[in-house]
Amino acid sequence: MSSVNDFVVRFANVNGTGSASANYLFAKAVYRMGIPVSAKNIFPSNIQGLPTWYEVRVSEKGYLGRKAGIDLMVCVNPQSMKKDIASVKPGGYFLYDSTKKLHTSEYRSDIHFIEIPIMEICNREFTDPRQKQLFKNIVYVGALATLLDIEVDEIEKLFAEQFQGKEKLIAPNIKALNLGSDYIKENYKYPLEFRVERRDLVKDWIMIDGNSAAGLGAVYGGATVVSWYPITPSTSLVGAFESYANELRKDPVTGKNNFSIVQAEDELSAIGMAIGANWNGARSFTATSGPGVSLMNEFLGLAYYSEIPVVLVDVQRAGPSTGMPTRSQQSDLLLAAYASHGDTKHVLLFPSTPTECFEMMADAFDYAEQLQTPVIMMTDLDLGMNDHLTPPFHWDDARKYNRGKVLSAAQLDEVEKWGRYLDVDNDGIPYRTIPGTHPTKGSYFTRGSSHDEYAAYSEDSDTYVRIMDRLVKKLETAKTIIPKPDFYQSKNLSDIGVIFVGTTRYAAEETLDIMKENGKIIDAVRIKSFPIHDSIAEFIDQHKVVYVIEQNRDAQLRTLLINELEVNPKKLLKVLNYDGTPITADYILSHLNLQNSNN
Amino acid sequence: MSYIKPKFQHPRLPKNPLGYTRKDYEGSLSTLCAGCGHDSISAAIVDACFELNIEPHKVAKLSGIGCSSKTPAYFLSNSHGFNSVHGRMPSVATGANLANRDLLYLGVSGDGDSASIGFGQFGHVIRRNLNMTYIVMNNGCYGLTKGQDSATADYGSVSKSGHANSFEGIDLCALAIELGATYVAQSFSGDKTQLIPLIKAALAHNGFSFINVISPCVTFNNNVGSTKSYDYVREHNEALNTIDFVPIREEITTEYDHNKVQTVEMHDGSLLKLNKLSPEWNPENKLSIITALQKARIDHEILTGLLYLDSKSVELNDILNTTNKPLNTLTEKELCPGDSVLQTINASLR
Repeated sequence: MSSVNDFVVRFANVNGTGSASANYLFAKAVYRMGIPVSAKNIFPSNIQGLPTWYEVRVSEKGYLGRKAGIDLMVCVNPQSMKKDIASVKPGGYFLYDSTKKLHTSEYRSDIHFIEIPIMEICNREFTDPRQKQLFKNIVYVGALATLLDIEVDEIEKLFAEQFQGKEKLIAPNIKALNLGSDYIKENYKYPLEFRVERRDLVKDWIMIDGNSAAGLGAVYGGATVVSWYPITPSTSLVGAFESYANELRKDPVTGKNNFSIVQAEDELSAIGMAIGANWNGARSFTATSGPGVSLMNEFLGLAYYSEIPVVLVDVQRAGPSTGMPTRSQQSDLLLAAYASHGDTKHVLLFPSTPTECFEMMADAFDYAEQLQTPVIMMTDLDLGMNDHLTPPFHWDDARKYNRGKVLSAAQLDEVEKWGRYLDVDNDGIPYRTIPGTHPTKGSYFTRGSSHDEYAAYSEDSDTYVRIMDRLVKKLETAKTIIPKPDFYQSKNLSDIGVIFVGTTRYAAEETLDIMKENGKIIDAVRIKSFPIHDSIAEFIDQHKVVYVIEQNRDAQLRTLLINELEVNPKKLLKVLNYDGTPITADYILSHLNLQNSNN
Repeated sequence: MSYIKPKFQHPRLPKNPLGYTRKDYEGSLSTLCAGCGHDSISAAIVDACFELNIEPHKVAKLSGIGCSSKTPAYFLSNSHGFNSVHGRMPSVATGANLANRDLLYLGVSGDGDSASIGFGQFGHVIRRNLNMTYIVMNNGCYGLTKGQDSATADYGSVSKSGHANSFEGIDLCALAIELGATYVAQSFSGDKTQLIPLIKAALAHNGFSFINVISPCVTFNNNVGSTKSYDYVREHNEALNTIDFVPIREEITTEYDHNKVQTVEMHDGSLLKLNKLSPEWNPENKLSIITALQKARIDHEILTGLLYLDSKSVELNDILNTTNKPLNTLTEKELCPGDSVLQTINASLR
């Protein structure tokens, strides 16, 4: 069975051996040939020594989700060899470093073995011990280039870009590449029956991870104060903000920073700083993962009740507790939606691509300031840390930041009696003041204790209920501001619907496509924010059954739908993937029970 | 409260050079117990700000949770206040300060707030040398929850219910010095003469100023046997110095005995005149004060006055190389790199 531009390659490496950049090189070369590609790093919570995998899916059709079933396994890690051999699809290939050959009992008769003595070649050809190690990775990239018909020119161009300023590294890299390539040419039939062929399918799309995109979005969105505490998988988001800010946010005259970043002592402090900065009129955010959100609950309640804008990014990983820190899930939905004690509810955003990470991150500051409440952007490890093919970023230069209802000194002079928590416009959103604005007007005492419209402490029941009800009204107003759901059809075509959020999009869209090819059309909608838009209730009403596809055990999105929209729970069927790896179309297909359909 | 504080101001009340009367620095009426040490500290803050000629709205006052943390409502009503969550005021103050380095930040906390639940944040805000004044109103007990021992209660101190504390008390001043605080003072709520200049100098200091004020809890910890009672503190107070704070541009009118007085110039040009009562102590020498504090602990004495000062302190915004203009005043022009830069970034990602 021969196929072009449709296969999965998995690399099995030892963590900390420089394999990541070689694997990235492979994926990028395919991308440069105009072919859609998606890469997933499946790595351990470890710095050096444990097995790590990198999966590259090549897809002519542009499917960017993960696909189960490995066509070609590249194994340079003896630790995981047994498991890796077992994971190859029947008829597939297993390429490994045969310096130490497999025992006869370890071979499988239903797959092909490609044996390259990689270590032996490197030991022979290179003298520097570090090069001997690093070039092992380039040797197998060279072998793959020949096996899969990858244009060597593209790889050489990538070397030239990567080693700008260190040009002397280019020649040995090309040498290593050729060593791998030549070994295949001399010993094996090539190319394989699945291979790549140049296309023009990636258009102007870029390759970036969601954390970098969000960090850049925060620079564009005007964030100035960033506080954070290291936690996988969110750390690189602040790292990206820092490197972009260092490049783009220096005062041209003094060279000083038009931003400040503080590594906090813990997540409690990180969110506290972000809240303090926003209270004082700067745009500020922090980024974390589930364990951090758990710790931030107290402060999120304060920001909700005292109505302070703040932006938080939750790059979700597999919980509960420490869980699987380097695996992906969407399992913080309930935690984030209702974070903190008492009656609370927060605005959530669900980006699905790096482009949306960029856009929603920038928009999040507008939403938070317009609504004077926490806005939590929910991404996940897959989106945050893996490179994704995504539409290019755009910025409207005419755009002004929407700072919400903030009174200036002049405006304060005009107001007869200002009340921090007065609902003047009947939209649930009061007017706020920034410290230092006016010598005698507009000061108030921010507190997490019950307060009246003038921010004075009050335990009066009527006052308390009035304020709590206004907060409900405010979150209703939020629905008119935050992103609306994305419907995949302008009018319903089926009595079956599917609902999903975030990165589930990739596998869900592929599923819809495969079903359509098989003559089966179902309706779909992607939710992009919380509180959930009323049109979702209508969508559920209009369908006999609705599958809620999500990546957690307890059907948290389904719970939110039931809780928020008061829909009949029996109509909402669960499709749940929670093993820590990104959900696949095959998984969804096998879990949709299409007997329910009349279509 | 059964009565309302009168708003009437006497037309001939003295004004400071900015044209504000002392009343302009006051807050709402205290709801703390009559005789609470905290109210004296609030009054000292009012006096210090009035005399220092500070614009009230250029101060941000922040606190955590507890009796002490209620006090920002009782002073500087023209300043924005933030009563945050228990033990977390330092982080809120840090964010606020980074957002606008031009305001004065006054944090008020208690011994429960700083030495227990907020111990971590207390330590880290010191390490960062945040430019703020941090006052702990220290009464050795949890007043709002009816008098439990706090972590600063001294070993052996007897509570109102009659039991002796069996744990070591935390010395916040020694800790602050150890962690790198650049201004550390200790005082007593019953000694306004000492406290007011200490607050003034703290507000003028460029960096983290810490003042631990022993402030007796009249309701739960003012009994015989308590080491935080009015009587005990008066008896065991060992003043290291008397100080006089001379703000910048103000003429020095008092005569000083130059053999005993040490003058320290502060960051903004203000002068601190220290009348040394203890010859072996030097406010700019960490070792001497650490030794003195250890000795005082053994001798059951409470050292008061200015304990330590690093007049060359570099505050957080300067450590981070942050621009001089307050970050909260920057606009799209300074903050947003624009679409053409973005297109270059796109190109680098292909």
